[in-house]
Amino acid sequence: MSAVAGSFPGGLVLNGQKKRSTQTPIRKTPLSKKLILPLQQHIGAASVPIVNVGDKVLKGQKIAKADGHVSVYLHAPSSGTISAIDEQPIPHPSGLSALCITIETDGLDTWIEHQPIADYTQLSEHDIRQHVREAGIVGLGGAGFPSFIKLNPGVHHHVETLIINGVECEPYITCDDMLMRERADGILDGIEIIRFALRVKNCVIAIESNKPEAISVMTLALAARPHLTDTEIMVVPTRYPAGSEKQLIQVVTGKQVPSHGLPIDIGIVCHNVGTAYAIGRAIIHGEPLISRIVTVTGTDVKHAGNFETLFGTPMHELLAFCETSREPNAPFILGGPMMGYNLSGDNLPVTKTANCILVGVDNAAPVEKPLPCIRCGECATACPVSLLPQQLYWYARDKDLEKTRQYNLFDCIECGCCSYVCPSKIPLVHYFRFAKTETMNQELEAIKSDNARIRHENRLARLELEQQEKEERQRQRKLALAASQAAKEKQEKAAQSSADETES
Amino acid sequence: MPLSRLSSPFLSGINRVTLVMTQLLIALIPAVIALVYFFGPGVLINIVLAVTIALLAEALMLKLRDRPIKPFLTDGSAIVTAVLLAIALPPLAPWWLTTIGILFAIIFAKHLYGGLGYNPFNPAMVAYVLLLISFPLEMTTWLPISTLSDSPVDFNSAFQMIFHGQLSTAIDTISGATPLDAMKTEIGLLHAPSQVIQQPLFGHFGGKGWEWVNIWFAIGGLALLYRRVISWHIPVAMLTGLLAISVITWLIAPETTASPLFHLLSGGTMLGAFFIATDPVTAATTVKGRLVFGAGVGLLTYIIRVWGGYPDGIAFAVILMNMLVPLIDYYTQPKVYGAVK
Repeated sequence: MSAVAGSFPGGLVLNGQKKRSTQTPIRKTPLSKKLILPLQQHIGAASVPIVNVGDKVLKGQKIAKADGHVSVYLHAPSSGTISAIDEQPIPHPSGLSALCITIETDGLDTWIEHQPIADYTQLSEHDIRQHVREAGIVGLGGAGFPSFIKLNPGVHHHVETLIINGVECEPYITCDDMLMRERADGILDGIEIIRFALRVKNCVIAIESNKPEAISVMTLALAARPHLTDTEIMVVPTRYPAGSEKQLIQVVTGKQVPSHGLPIDIGIVCHNVGTAYAIGRAIIHGEPLISRIVTVTGTDVKHAGNFETLFGTPMHELLAFCETSREPNAPFILGGPMMGYNLSGDNLPVTKTANCILVGVDNAAPVEKPLPCIRCGECATACPVSLLPQQLYWYARDKDLEKTRQYNLFDCIECGCCSYVCPSKIPLVHYFRFAKTETMNQELEAIKSDNARIRHENRLARLELEQQEKEERQRQRKLALAASQAAKEKQEKAAQSSADETES
Repeated sequence: MPLSRLSSPFLSGINRVTLVMTQLLIALIPAVIALVYFFGPGVLINIVLAVTIALLAEALMLKLRDRPIKPFLTDGSAIVTAVLLAIALPPLAPWWLTTIGILFAIIFAKHLYGGLGYNPFNPAMVAYVLLLISFPLEMTTWLPISTLSDSPVDFNSAFQMIFHGQLSTAIDTISGATPLDAMKTEIGLLHAPSQVIQQPLFGHFGGKGWEWVNIWFAIGGLALLYRRVISWHIPVAMLTGLLAISVITWLIAPETTASPLFHLLSGGTMLGAFFIATDPVTAATTVKGRLVFGAGVGLLTYIIRVWGGYPDGIAFAVILMNMLVPLIDYYTQPKVYGAVK
């Protein structure tokens, strides 16, 4: 175990509410009759179906392939028949629908033949990345970025440190905590593969200090692998948002990721513990990513806990399984209470990024009209990025987007600390999201109008050229006509004169 | 069950504007008790009068400006403004003086600038300055502290004095300069400060009574710091600024300047440091900016006290620094995470 190298400014000490969902071991969610699989469960391009309605599929069989570079494969979480490929409501902040593959399960749960890799060290790094991509693995911490890309340092970078993120700083969520307690060996398997693929020597497994069980289990598991050298467990002080990638890097290494840059720019790669576990399962056991551990918790959940759930399982089945009585107006959130988003209903499928379903919270933020900002600066004190939220709010509300950009709006990680501490109860992050979206829309508009202007100018130039050519042709024709006329006249004259001569 | 918010975060801390204001008022209680002890019940009458007028003016302005009355009236900000002005006024200030001050603070300094959160200048201090330059006689007529008076002012005579401008009982004198004022006058007459402080008006370090009032303001302020209602930056910077310049001048010319401790424990020093300069709306908001703001208030307070024409400099110093806040905030922005040099 080693000491932390740095800390970040601000942040919050929150009531974790973790014990609600750590009283029982991880349980399996019963198999649903119907699994709905959105084609986009990751950042990047949506996968492309490779099955047709009516096809029989086996558990673990590929049903959609990656499209382009930033994309992954998708697999059938259980055996059955493809019953539809159509638009279905998906969990998304917008509440919109998207293309999904629906499987009617046959209840047999028949696996496709596994293709485990006995000794991955015989593979090239490229092959490992390919396997991870074909196993459909994305960042399971919540963002859902295709993991194989983060196994590729590229030719210009050297990876100094691998950070395995087991911090889980958001209140209520415990899926990573329980995974570390129960499947520490599987996580270490994955870590070994990631280290091999990245050719990185140093590895830090960061766990927040409020998870003593996970820390001791992981420490024991690590001690049992003497060959896993230069790997250490770092206990990170419990302060939200220590699990946010940028803040964690600051805590673990004391370094800061450059604004608009990536961790790889300073020689660091971060993977979530759940992702590491999934990579281990995919390579060593040949199991693609077809399920994840979901925390179901909140004040309205009777049997809160963690549930290994097949992707596509409708949330209402999972909620019924935990005996949830959802109050119609209580928060119903996917993710944590600080950074998650409202779900539009419970008839939505569990996806790769669904780490927590939260039904009802203590100390819910009020929705009454906020008071004006009294410029107390509490938000600036709480901001882990050292922004000035009170200034940003001022400009965002006035739609002075240029100013919000000058005040570093795009460095905001939307952690919610500012809104949490605001004595006037202003939903600050809401304003910042709005300003970001507006700015991006304006940029798109600017690009569009630039394109339109260029097209217009090109058209004008083309027309002018055509006009010039036309005039040129006319001039040529006139000249030719004049020349031919002159020749004709000359001929006539000559004929005349010859006629005259003959006459004379 | 309340409706869920539209977007994250869905949690919220317990901090509220009303809570901030309530804690501020509670922290003022010890010093108010000390004021009543030394200067009689007139202080309480002033506070009640000021709060009543302030709430009426606030309600009127909210109505005129078509704003919801209840949430704004209960936020406590008008009460805080009223109490701060009332305890800064002389203990037997006539009712019309208090009324004019409060009306000006709430209507002009606060609501005409947009109400809570939008006023660039501290309303209580704007009103104080207005009264000071309009009614210098009434504003500088202080009671001698009760222990120096033969017949202390009781409630009845304080009431008579405030509302009818006359005394019911035989009080020999109600006029007197504050120790700060007296010190300036005596130094002007070339008397050494070390001699001046021997006069009955003075106590151990500052004015008799005044030093205790200041200490109680400081204790209330420390409670606010402990409760994290205010941050340490402004009080510490202001007191350091005031102390620094008074130590320097005192070392250079001990014969013509009062001691640094005298300045720390006289007039409105502690009230200003913990309760007035810390007003979030009108102070600088960045961490470094608060240090600059506080130090500026401290320095200007001393300059105005010693070389200016007015007995105390807190109000002017705060307003002058209020003017600089946008500039200070602009040049003291913190370095953002990952900022590329």
